[in-house]
Amino acid sequence: MADESDAEEAVANGADGDLEQNVGQRFDRLPATPAERTVEGRVSREEVVDYFADRFGIPPETFDDYTFWEKGAGKIWIYAGEAPTPLSIESLGMTCLRTRQEHWKPTTDFVQRVGRHATDCVIELEREQARAFAAGEDQALEWDGDWGYLIAAHELAGGLEPLGIGLYVHGELRSMVPKGRQRDL
Amino acid sequence: MEPLERYRPIIDDFEAFLEACRRPLGNAVRINTIAASVERTLEVLDSEDVAYEQADWNPRVLRLETDSPGSTWTSFHGMTHGQEEVSAVPPVVLDPQPGERVWDACAAPGGKATQLAALMDDRGTVVANDSNLGRISALRFNAERLGATSLAVTNRDARNYSMKPFSFDAFDRALVDAPCSCEGTIRKNPDALDDWSEGYVDSVSGIQKGILRRAIQTTREGGTVVYSTCTFAPEENEAVVQHALDEADCRVVDVEVGLEHSPGLTEWGDEEFDASLEDAIRIYPHQNDTGGFFVAKLEVTA
Repeated sequence: MADESDAEEAVANGADGDLEQNVGQRFDRLPATPAERTVEGRVSREEVVDYFADRFGIPPETFDDYTFWEKGAGKIWIYAGEAPTPLSIESLGMTCLRTRQEHWKPTTDFVQRVGRHATDCVIELEREQARAFAAGEDQALEWDGDWGYLIAAHELAGGLEPLGIGLYVHGELRSMVPKGRQRDL
Repeated sequence: MEPLERYRPIIDDFEAFLEACRRPLGNAVRINTIAASVERTLEVLDSEDVAYEQADWNPRVLRLETDSPGSTWTSFHGMTHGQEEVSAVPPVVLDPQPGERVWDACAAPGGKATQLAALMDDRGTVVANDSNLGRISALRFNAERLGATSLAVTNRDARNYSMKPFSFDAFDRALVDAPCSCEGTIRKNPDALDDWSEGYVDSVSGIQKGILRRAIQTTREGGTVVYSTCTFAPEENEAVVQHALDEADCRVVDVEVGLEHSPGLTEWGDEEFDASLEDAIRIYPHQNDTGGFFVAKLEVTA
């Protein structure tokens, strides 16, 4: 339903040019597709879902029951409940992705939430490596996949559990676990 | 312990009660079923040699045998959340269903709000409000850590809460876990009674009445409101519910929970309360070796 009203807005604002500026202090629902964009630099739902599918192999249908929102410059939130757009409240669901920068960066909490669905760019860590990662430490590691943001995971009781987001460059995995989430385990 | 003397006439085995209040509380955690099932979480605890005891009344509540429940793998992965055993009671009594619209009027730091989301399989809308901006950051941190995508956080005074920002005009259920004098947390915070005064009890009860009244107003007819505190003072418990019965459209319904408890009071001092207040529950520390709590369940009648 909201997708239709987004589309109507897009028509009202004219298809090209005259894009509005992002208002950082409120939640705005992402347009369904880039063609329906009304705010400069705002990503679309389609681009977000495609990113998680292309980079991590997370099936797009994982997100069928969720909406995506922007609050702050490039901060994308995922939400399962009902809400009108725009909306000025403290938070809506959880932050999942940082856009408006060259390399998009998923959040650690979100990766813990959906990372089990990922098949690509998942780097499996041994126990000591997982401990270092959880403590926020950088470590030298071999990895023959893509560089950039990876999902770090480790095995717990016979199942693979996502730990969070790491940045892999020049033979090193840098833990992106935020300070408040780091633990000595 | 001095302020607790006033409850000698209403608490059975008062010496056992005082004795329990002097004992520190163990470490309880709630399994966050948004992150992992109960079975999976127990598998991980077993494989990591963390000993636990599952609560009889709720398989999602565990007593952990560790000094640092926050430094376990289950905690890092958001599978467990430190939460006092009795504090897990009000959301269970509210019994929210997937897809519903639920209001948590005094939600920070978010243990109960995320428990509501988990009970709804993280489907639906949990509006988690708190009037204290300083506590909102803890609420947001916990919501993100536990992956509660159905939570919307607001920072307003619950007493005159406006439905305007939302796309619906009533909630299906509301939880009022009210700010209170916290007598029942004495085992966790030994200084909980240091600033106790009858004046504080009276002033906070005015706030509690205002929040409960608003929760009843914003809940649809036939909907459910749960009122809870972590204190023993009848001024903050039965008297607040009595005020709601007098001023708003609601009735008290039976609370069913598998923990030992005492019925709500029908009199205190020279005040008398409606007979239905007996269906509210008082949980005392010596009954289940927990903290103390009061829980009343209301049905909205108009």
